[in-house]
Amino acid sequence: MDQLAADKSKGMTVIVKTVVRFVIGIIVMFGAYIVAYGHITPGGGFAGGVILACGYIILTLAFGRELALSKLSDTGASILDNTGALVFASIALLGYIGGAFFMNFIDHGTLFHLFSAGIIPLCNVAIGIKVTASLFAIFIALSIFGRFISKIVEEEEEE
Amino acid sequence: MDLYLLILLIFMIIGSIIAIETKKLLSSVISVGVVGFSLSIAFLMLKAPDIAITQIVVEILILVVLIRATISTDNTAIEKHWDTFSFVSSLIFFGLFLVFAFLAVHDLNHFGHPLLTVSKRYLAEGPKETHAANIVTSILLDYRGYDTLGEATVLFTSIVGAFVILRRRGRKKKSDQDMEKVGILQDEDIKKNFGEIEGDDDGSTGGR
Repeated sequence: MDQLAADKSKGMTVIVKTVVRFVIGIIVMFGAYIVAYGHITPGGGFAGGVILACGYIILTLAFGRELALSKLSDTGASILDNTGALVFASIALLGYIGGAFFMNFIDHGTLFHLFSAGIIPLCNVAIGIKVTASLFAIFIALSIFGRFISKIVEEEEEE
Repeated sequence: MDLYLLILLIFMIIGSIIAIETKKLLSSVISVGVVGFSLSIAFLMLKAPDIAITQIVVEILILVVLIRATISTDNTAIEKHWDTFSFVSSLIFFGLFLVFAFLAVHDLNHFGHPLLTVSKRYLAEGPKETHAANIVTSILLDYRGYDTLGEATVLFTSIVGAFVILRRRGRKKKSDQDMEKVGILQDEDIKKNFGEIEGDDDGSTGGR
């Protein structure tokens, strides 16, 4: 019974865990693909970032919060969020090399190649990192902080 | 094509009415999800795969978060009062909305004919000027880079705000008595700080 309770506290059933173990790699790879090929195929930094965040969220739901937070802690998510925003702003500022804010100063390359379109793929990667970290952070904040806060508030009201 | 779109729109309106009117919070959340998924199909039928991908993924995320949030709250419906003033005023505002919407739609271009002529230049010159095969991305990150920067700023600010509000407990104090763990609390910390809580209170849904 204790064993069962311990298993329950660490996430969902064995079926869910096994399926997630198979699927998580595909989800993360698809998210990375959507981010990296955002300037060639439909998608981009925001959509791919949300897919990557969904990968972390499915980890949290299936295996409990300890495992997901060991992969990306709330502080780490916050730092990644700031890093993505800073990188995006720096790319925009580096446009002054070419003469203006947001100038596309890198060589454009050939159409339909992965390394083409100058700063656009770099911006996509920065936005992807930012959206992944921030949406995972907001999920942590809403699902984990929130519950403890409601407990605290209830206890304070009882007293 | 237009017929399918009309059916989808009617479906979405029905879904949102159910979401407002239903008593249970969970079924309301699921009805909102129905509206979102139909919207993503509508985007796909209007040949906007970029926004369809974003819509469907964000909808999944929002559904997970909302279901996660509604499961743990108690599910009591608010009793309805028949309020004549609110009924009459909503009728008046709905009528005003219909009148102004009719006037505004009357002056718009036909469906599929853009109002902004600058978009023609984006479509014609976009691949040549930016060398990005996906025109939507070339507009978002090249022609309209400022908009995307503003969007990223909005996202950043909202997440910082949510973190600040939801955290509630401040940074670590210096003396041992005031020590409280910031962020996610472990079970032993909770026992130490807030007394007993029930056993299955953790970050997962616990197979419910």
